[in-house]
Amino acid sequence: MGRYEKMFEQLQLRHQGAFVPFVTLGDPTVETSLSIVRTLVESGADALELGIPFSDPIADGPTIQASAVRALDQGVTPGACIELLSQIRGEFPEIPIGLLLYANLVAANGIAPFFKRLGRAGVDSVLVADVPIFEAEPFVTAAAARDLATVFIAPPNATEERLRQIARMTSGYTYVVARAGVTGVDQQLQLNQTNIFSFLKDTGAPPSLVGFGISTPEHVRQVLAAGADGAISGSAVVTLISRHLEDVSHLKKELGVFVKQMKAAT
Amino acid sequence: MKSNGRFGEFGGVFVPEILFPALEQLEGAFLAAGQSAEFEAELKRLLSDYAGRPTPLYACRNLCADTPATIYLKREDLLHGGAHKTNQVLGQALLAKRIGKSRLIAETGAGQHGVATAIVGALFGFETHIYMGQKDVERQRPNVFRMQLLGARVVPVRTGSQTLKDAINEALRDWAKSYGTTHYMLGTAAGPHPFPTMVREFQRVIGQEARAQMVDAAGGLPDAVIACVGGGSNAIGVFSDFIDDTQVRLIGVEAAGHGLHTGRHGATIQQGRAGILHGAYTRVLQDEEGQVTETESISAGLDYPGVGPEHVHLAESGRAEYVGIEDQEALDAFTELTRSEGIIPALESAHAVAQGIKMARVATEPTTLLINLSGRGDKDIEHVRSILESRATDKDQGQEGL
Repeated sequence: MGRYEKMFEQLQLRHQGAFVPFVTLGDPTVETSLSIVRTLVESGADALELGIPFSDPIADGPTIQASAVRALDQGVTPGACIELLSQIRGEFPEIPIGLLLYANLVAANGIAPFFKRLGRAGVDSVLVADVPIFEAEPFVTAAAARDLATVFIAPPNATEERLRQIARMTSGYTYVVARAGVTGVDQQLQLNQTNIFSFLKDTGAPPSLVGFGISTPEHVRQVLAAGADGAISGSAVVTLISRHLEDVSHLKKELGVFVKQMKAAT
Repeated sequence: MKSNGRFGEFGGVFVPEILFPALEQLEGAFLAAGQSAEFEAELKRLLSDYAGRPTPLYACRNLCADTPATIYLKREDLLHGGAHKTNQVLGQALLAKRIGKSRLIAETGAGQHGVATAIVGALFGFETHIYMGQKDVERQRPNVFRMQLLGARVVPVRTGSQTLKDAINEALRDWAKSYGTTHYMLGTAAGPHPFPTMVREFQRVIGQEARAQMVDAAGGLPDAVIACVGGGSNAIGVFSDFIDDTQVRLIGVEAAGHGLHTGRHGATIQQGRAGILHGAYTRVLQDEEGQVTETESISAGLDYPGVGPEHVHLAESGRAEYVGIEDQEALDAFTELTRSEGIIPALESAHAVAQGIKMARVATEPTTLLINLSGRGDKDIEHVRSILESRATDKDQGQEGL
């Protein structure tokens, strides 16, 4: 059984949803990034969603763009991120680790060799932000050969037919984006399609995690009440990092409090 | 999607899922327009009465008159708006109207596509937002003001290299949120399907006219067709109707910046590797692990690390050749055309002119060269003045010039 399946099964027994924080690997430095990830896990994160910094992140808003820039400015490369992933996997053998990245990083030296490296590093899933279902086939095939799940985004404007295709194609979990736009913090959560969760369940899709805009415990409660299996929070976490770049121990304290509050809402 | 949008293996639709329906809708509208006599008639009327088509073909009287070559210029610089960009924004604007969009967004490098978009925004009453890298805002001031005069909002982009590529990133982010009301008027033959095909079809008119005009003026086809390539829209426009004439050389001219060997250039086809950028599988200037690198060129319109996927296909199949022209050569051609013919070319187009001059000078027998003069240089005058002035100052101080 895969780590995601195990996680969802255990959470179901405890009648909880999943809380999944996102951070960019290597932000602000490789060393601090590792200690940030430790804090996230130790404070109660059920799974990790991690980004490899890319020069042109078209699906990301200003907060996560800035985090990629911080990492790139430190010379953080995909190779360094993969080493960091191995280290994280070594320390936390059970936690599901998802990667969020862009197609050019995957394709730069061949999709299959890149996924082989990710598989060896102990990654569970990949979400390639600029690969829609229409272009997914070579990515899914290469990932499957390395036991990597491929996560796809179910956006609010998908037709039922498209949702069915997404449900068939996504593995590990289904990344539900409940509003239009790029990543970022929302004051008021926008859930344009509350029935998307039951629809996905009926089509046999893996469990749904909602991302984009999730920034408060209230948002977590809302998406779980609407039928999601968990929530992903990226920009809110990254905002904390950007606010406390100078003081790592203070940052870890703040992150710990945030993750505990968000987890408590599940 | 009706088509996979591939040219050989290049092209495709590499966008976040949320943008897919908007591209599908656009493809549908584009295909329907191709079947509509009404659309065709309206576009034709606008191109002639509003934009000034057909543009002339001019046989240079003085440029390279001491060589066996004859240089013909396809005068897209005389088109309304000052560049070939107007051809395709008229087409896209009519499509945007047909699918009920009320707002336009666009990216711009040199500002020519931004101006063209602002023109159709004014003409058809679209709310218009133009994304432009901060660096380009600074070096293309006159065009920024033109866009604002035309009623567009110019949004400076301060992320990344602050040039064209970052303006495209920002436009794509806007579109991911605004697709319901907004048409993304991509300015070149790059990006996700259907843009490369659609932009080529709307620019094809350049080559159609030029081919007929060459036959009239020179009694036959040219030996070579030369055009500058940033994203590649003017080049694909002028090439398209010559692709089947295999005796005609098609030459795309990329920005070699400080030199192809320096790493400071915009020569994507010559120096890039296969990769995925801005929605297409194409060639990309990138580092070993896939980070997109920054480009450098004297001309903002060629300062782009990607390129239209059809050009990559034409390069791989060998049908078209791609060469580099350095900043200094472009600047020399800019001056030479201005002085010899009284025509001030855009710095982008000056790259194509430089290649034409180079070929004319080594010609040993009568040769006809067709250069697509894609835009006029009014927008570059301030930029060129400051370069020439700083070079003069450097000389005064005994330093090497540019």
